[in-house]
Amino acid sequence: MSTPLEKLFTKAKIENRALLIGYLPAGFPIQKKAKKIIKAMVSGGVDAIEIGYPYSDPVMDGPVIQAASDEAIKNGAGAAEVFELLQTSVELGVPSVVMSYWSPIEKYGATEFAREVSKRGGSGVITPDLTFEESEKWRAESTQNSLNRIYVVAPSSTKDRLAKVANECTGFVYAASLMGVTGTRSLVSANAKQLVERVRSVSNTPVAVGLGVSNKEQAKEVAVFADGVIVGSAFIKVVQEFGAGRTGLKKVKQLAESLSEGVRSARKI
Amino acid sequence: MAKDKIQDFESMVLGHFGPYGGRFVPEALIAALDELAEAHSQAQSDPKFHAELNQLHKTYSGRPSILTDAKRFSQYAGGARVLLKREDLNHTGSHKINNVLGQSLLTKRMGKKRIIAETGAGQHGVASATAAALFGLECVVYMGEADTKRQALNVARMKLLGAEVVPVTQGSKTLKDAINEAMRDWVTNVETTHYLLGTVAGPHPFPTVVRDFQRIIGVEAKEQVLELTGKLPDAVLACVGGGSNAIGIFHPFIEDKSVRLIGLEAGGKGIETGLHAATISGGSPGVLHGTRSYVLQDKNGQTVESHSISAGLDYPGVGPEHAYLNDLGRAEYRPITDDQAMYAFSLLCKSEGIIPAIETAHALAGALEIGNELGKEATLLINLSGRGDKDVQTAADYFGLPL
Repeated sequence: MSTPLEKLFTKAKIENRALLIGYLPAGFPIQKKAKKIIKAMVSGGVDAIEIGYPYSDPVMDGPVIQAASDEAIKNGAGAAEVFELLQTSVELGVPSVVMSYWSPIEKYGATEFAREVSKRGGSGVITPDLTFEESEKWRAESTQNSLNRIYVVAPSSTKDRLAKVANECTGFVYAASLMGVTGTRSLVSANAKQLVERVRSVSNTPVAVGLGVSNKEQAKEVAVFADGVIVGSAFIKVVQEFGAGRTGLKKVKQLAESLSEGVRSARKI
Repeated sequence: MAKDKIQDFESMVLGHFGPYGGRFVPEALIAALDELAEAHSQAQSDPKFHAELNQLHKTYSGRPSILTDAKRFSQYAGGARVLLKREDLNHTGSHKINNVLGQSLLTKRMGKKRIIAETGAGQHGVASATAAALFGLECVVYMGEADTKRQALNVARMKLLGAEVVPVTQGSKTLKDAINEAMRDWVTNVETTHYLLGTVAGPHPFPTVVRDFQRIIGVEAKEQVLELTGKLPDAVLACVGGGSNAIGIFHPFIEDKSVRLIGLEAGGKGIETGLHAATISGGSPGVLHGTRSYVLQDKNGQTVESHSISAGLDYPGVGPEHAYLNDLGRAEYRPITDDQAMYAFSLLCKSEGIIPAIETAHALAGALEIGNELGKEATLLINLSGRGDKDVQTAADYFGLPL
């Protein structure tokens, strides 16, 4: 049984294009606004959604996402908001997953968490700090609930390690570039391309790249070689700058449209 | 038997202590953690490494540290004999230097030229800056902005030693956030940089590496106590934040079942107030900073801010080996309030002429409790983990002394 996310990757492959995947922490800036932001992202052409579980100690994220997470937590975001926003997103007709550090999942109970994601129609869960050595329970629970298990790989991973982690993934492999936040665009792109190629040499699962892509040109560049382009901080920055009122939502939609154009035009000559 | 051995080996590889420990980190760090585990394991079986480290202990930090028979203090501890293991006399003023020298040698072996460290009170930061100067390494210390203000003197010390101090303005602006920021730096600069973690927490192999470098405290103390008294102590006491000084003195006694191992946590204003840093006494199992252990967290798995008069114990996590020793019942953990700690602080100053670190004062307050419980036949070994020069301002404020 394929998840909606897997089906979408298959469809995109036939269309010869990459997917645009948008990220937003639940409850940011407040839950009511978060729902509207997700709608704006989807109406602008985002193909799939990652709902972030805002966490107090997000070591894999830069300052933009940490600030957004802190704000969401302050405004009361927790498991209930994550599941609710996931459902909102699913009901808009886009495949949706949760991205969460392991602490909140373990606290909620891995069994209950998997069950709830599945119940709300989620396709899977991205776990940025769950190593495959610690995954025994999660492997069982995600399988039991027909959820995609998405791990993050990095340029520093050895070949053996890359093969092991990539083969644990279903849905897609999340490729994170180390130098993503600070490197120049061409450097980022070269790093990401090399990493995607390395993953492809050990796995047939689609590969999506998340590395601080923020505009149409970058999205286009990455969409040439990756199966998915993940954008998070750029959407959050728009909200931080313009708010989530009419202007902010319009800007979010415009960014989604522009990124979507980039992704869709990447492989056309 | 053979099967047990295999399981032990697997536990060692994964860094598990029963259900605790392990690795919960971004994949980007795995290669560096594996490299460190490998370097440490090779060093442990290399006589040259031990010779070099021993030489540094002898000629640089001043080991072995002495044992002091605290006869006047003992009168307040139910007459029990109180023996102080004087880690406060080490160069830089605490046990932190033991781990820093060891990890600096490992850094050299891995061919890295830059170290980063987190610090709360500044003791580990100062020790790291010291070792960086000694070994000619570049050193960046992450410190919560709130702590840079509370511990301005230590910030100046680190700068004098040539380190760069980066104030962390994220989150709660304390030790927890300094660790997050150090981990982010490490993710970005992992090829050139070693993260010199200061306590027995964090992802595998840190809890093992730091313990192995702090074990010398217990190894020396055991020999010294046996020589002085002809028998093992009845109890070994140490303060517990992350737990490095405690595991250092506990570990060589774990097999000696007659010896009680007692960790004293920072009870702050009292566990019932919620304003404390007593992770084992008042927390629950969870994941923080790459390891599974006891954590102060809410129902959503969010880390809760800790509170303690002692910046060095003000941490919402604890080393996974302590969590395991607690669950096994091999070690006991008790909370000590700010007021209890400050009373013991003052008592040691006036009865023995030793100004302890406020962290250490928690262990001394524990000695007063345990001594009164066990009576005058008992012998207590206390890890006097650090000296209190850095705490003069805090103590003066507490006791209302004009400066």
